[in-house]
Amino acid sequence: MEDKAPSNPRELTQNPLKKIWMPCKNGLPEKHISQRKVCMTNCPTLIVTVGLPARGKTYISKKLTRYLNWIGVPTREFNVGQYRREFVKIYKSFEFFRPDNEEGLKIRRQCASAALNDVRQYLTEEGGQVAVFDATNTTRERRETIIQFAEQNGFKVFFVESVCEDPDVIQENIVQVKLGSPDYTNCNTEEAVEDFMKRIKCYENSYETLDEVLDRDLSYIKIMDVGQRYLVNRVLDHIQSRIVYYLMNIHITPRSIYLCRHGESELNVKGRIGGDSGLTPRGKEFAKKLSQFIQAQSISDLKVWTSQMKRTIQTAEALSVPYEQWKVLNEIDAGVCEEMMYEEIQDHYPLEFALRDQDKYRYRYPKGESYEDLVQRLEPVIMELERQENVLVICHQAVMRCLLAYFLDKTAEELPYLKCPLHTVLKLTPVAYGCKVESISLNVDAVNTHRERPENVDVSRMSEEALLTVPAHQ
Amino acid sequence: MPRELTQNRIQKIWVPTKDDRRRAAGAPNFANPPTVIVMVGLPARGKTYMSKKLTRYLNWIGMPTKVFNVGEYRREAVKNYSSYDFFKPDNEYAVKIRQQCALAALRDVKSYLKDEGGQVAVFDATNTTRERRDMILKFGSENSFKVFFIESVCDDPNVIASNIMEVKVSCPDYRDCNKTEAMLDFHRRIECYKTSYQPLDPDQHDRDLSFIKVIDVGRRFLVNRIQDHIQSKIVYYLMNIHVQPRTIYLCRHGESTDNLEGRLGGDSGLSPRGKQFSAALARFVEEQQLKNLKVWTSQLCRSIQTAEHLGVPYEQWKALNEIDAGLCEEMTYDEVKEKFPEEFALRDEDKYYYRYPAGESYQDLVQRVEPVIMELERQENVLVICHQAVMRCLLAYFLDKSADEMPYLKCPLHTVLKLTPVAYGCKVESISLNVEAVNTHRDRPEEVKRGPGTLIRRNSVTPLTSPESNIKKPRIDDLDEAPIQELPPSVASLALCSPSHLPLALAGQDLRRSSSGCHDFLQPCQ
Repeated sequence: MEDKAPSNPRELTQNPLKKIWMPCKNGLPEKHISQRKVCMTNCPTLIVTVGLPARGKTYISKKLTRYLNWIGVPTREFNVGQYRREFVKIYKSFEFFRPDNEEGLKIRRQCASAALNDVRQYLTEEGGQVAVFDATNTTRERRETIIQFAEQNGFKVFFVESVCEDPDVIQENIVQVKLGSPDYTNCNTEEAVEDFMKRIKCYENSYETLDEVLDRDLSYIKIMDVGQRYLVNRVLDHIQSRIVYYLMNIHITPRSIYLCRHGESELNVKGRIGGDSGLTPRGKEFAKKLSQFIQAQSISDLKVWTSQMKRTIQTAEALSVPYEQWKVLNEIDAGVCEEMMYEEIQDHYPLEFALRDQDKYRYRYPKGESYEDLVQRLEPVIMELERQENVLVICHQAVMRCLLAYFLDKTAEELPYLKCPLHTVLKLTPVAYGCKVESISLNVDAVNTHRERPENVDVSRMSEEALLTVPAHQ
Repeated sequence: MPRELTQNRIQKIWVPTKDDRRRAAGAPNFANPPTVIVMVGLPARGKTYMSKKLTRYLNWIGMPTKVFNVGEYRREAVKNYSSYDFFKPDNEYAVKIRQQCALAALRDVKSYLKDEGGQVAVFDATNTTRERRDMILKFGSENSFKVFFIESVCDDPNVIASNIMEVKVSCPDYRDCNKTEAMLDFHRRIECYKTSYQPLDPDQHDRDLSFIKVIDVGRRFLVNRIQDHIQSKIVYYLMNIHVQPRTIYLCRHGESTDNLEGRLGGDSGLSPRGKQFSAALARFVEEQQLKNLKVWTSQLCRSIQTAEHLGVPYEQWKALNEIDAGLCEEMTYDEVKEKFPEEFALRDEDKYYYRYPAGESYQDLVQRVEPVIMELERQENVLVICHQAVMRCLLAYFLDKSADEMPYLKCPLHTVLKLTPVAYGCKVESISLNVEAVNTHRDRPEEVKRGPGTLIRRNSVTPLTSPESNIKKPRIDDLDEAPIQELPPSVASLALCSPSHLPLALAGQDLRRSSSGCHDFLQPCQ
């Protein structure tokens, strides 16, 4: 146990932005005491993908990176193929990847080193916590190099191997993401596919899959046949456990996710935030139109989720289908500011109002929540959305922004300002490495509830400056 | 026409007005149809350990689950166990009995899942042959139950010997043997199974089954064809639990100024006695001499102030904040009674489901606190400094308490609960640190009108106590008598609390006054 001084416990002060109690000396916050961040790893983690080409390594890398960043773990992916494209400006053919191509091997090794260098910089100097090293890494020798690199730098290593022999899946991958790759800009489909198949062949002979015996001391997950089976070895810590859980819940079955807000509510038209009011006549009109829209979409087996607030449930009721209420989908809790108009907040709590504009993502309402809290609260929803297929989520402005930020890979800075207007449905469809968004307005008028960040966010600003961007209301 | 909505009075959930059914539209879809979890593995591989733990977890998160241990059925059928000969594969008489026991257990599984509202049944037996597993699969298919296998594979002789010592040697089968005899016989029993053991084969024979193979006590896992949400959660849970010895300490923040005034919630600081407690806690923690103790607090001032006195690093969890009393925050109970008399009465009617207006219920708390439980399972030595309602939720998980009991568990101020996993359950010690504090516990009122069943099961989180098995188990009253010790005045050791119907008396302060501080020492029933 370290020195304790029970007779001199430190004074606490509440940080005005996040409302977190922190020890302070002379009124100033002391060295930061940790709040429960999602992953409390003491050392950074290096995730290393393993697998033949077209096995979904980059798909997994990007998706995992997106998820980790969203839950607050600074993560970045390092795709060695990109380094190679930087280096070798023009890709000629699969010959580059032949195991006997000395020149090619040399370049590929250099690219891997360059990428690892950047990994080191990211994890040691740029505040990164997880780096995803996306390459084939199919030989034990290459993996050994990486392990040594990690040891030297005090990083934990976790391997993610993707094994798949289903020719249909591989073909589909090639069509989805390889044909459009910069490598194949000047080829037609047939040529590209043929070349790529030969490229895969170049790796096959030297492929050493993660072995039950030889690699028994490594930490890894082996994903087989796109998630039909998993082999998990030596999960060391919380973040690896979360990663495994996430990877076991995602799938690639085509489906669509529909996000929308409840219909316009009584408090909306009055310019008041929060509360638990019912729909206005226009809100009810939207609910009706939503029902028609859903029917027209002819979606198989659609799940409908709402929050536990009256306005979302009323909206769902109009659909005449079963729906599931989630408390965690409730709107952000505005604490003491619940049911106030922005003008009133400015009047009663001008400091709070300014702080919110300074850092809208981290700002926590007094006795309420922040966007940061929301994200943590919504994580089980995201996990279940990943498991599900077609889902319609009827929620609220701040909640919808959080969910959208996850699907569209938006930063914490952008998240609180994403546009999620009333009476508009966002249809999200996974495509290639990302997500296609269609915005569908159902043509029912509604009040605007989107407040842009004003120019002046200083606590000393005038009332008018603070209220400049407040949308019109009754 | 969309239906009118009303907000149900206890849970504050909006439901269609005319809907007086117990379940409103949109039944929970997380576990239809029911699931049979089938354990697989040689004896002493931790099957019963995992069965009981998993069942406890699933019940706590609101999934009605029950264990069906075929060994118990066998003990009922064959009153006296003589030796491992019973398990020899050529003992025809015994083979027949064992088969009948399995069938009897399956009949009860069917009844539980179809007629008694069960969602998950854990079929705890060796199930080491394909023949036996095929029978179960057929049973599942005939009744439209999903089947999920959990196989435990372990060849580490140390682990096996340790298991045998922990739970087999003291089992009813061996009540007339000494430890060495029991150990020897049990090893021979295991041999009986080995020759016919057919492990799950993911590559060929069993590739279409849904299962998890737990290898070497969680070093490795093979997961095949997870079908749904509940199987995914089960896998996640199994991958997070471990068997390393460790201790969990639960306590509340020191007495706060709001506590002194009898006020709910709020974010006040410690009273002078609260600070005294914190200093005492620091001394206590040091005396425990733990390696690598993690300290967790909520984000409320009183809990953090308490931790500050320890002089060690701590982590703040918002999820550990006290239950949100909504509109009643910072009121005294009298003020609540005055301003919201109906709410006050409703809360006593159903304290677990009752949600404060614009606040939370215990049901909400369990959902909120679940990630804490998951992380506690991963960790080793942890001290959690939290709050009354939160502590009750956590305690209910560790001690397998039902939703009904949870809101009335006694968690007094200035008392530390020390939880140590032992055999199939959890040992609890209640340690009062001898600093006076107000009592914040309100007992269940005598005259409580239980309202009609208007409770919603949607996304239901309703901890149930893991049900007792159907079989009348022989009472285990012959085990090593624990010596009656002179307990130091501030420490009271409590009963091993595996069967949950035993009352949990956390009366650290009371015990100081009684001179003979001894209690029934009960061993975990199996």
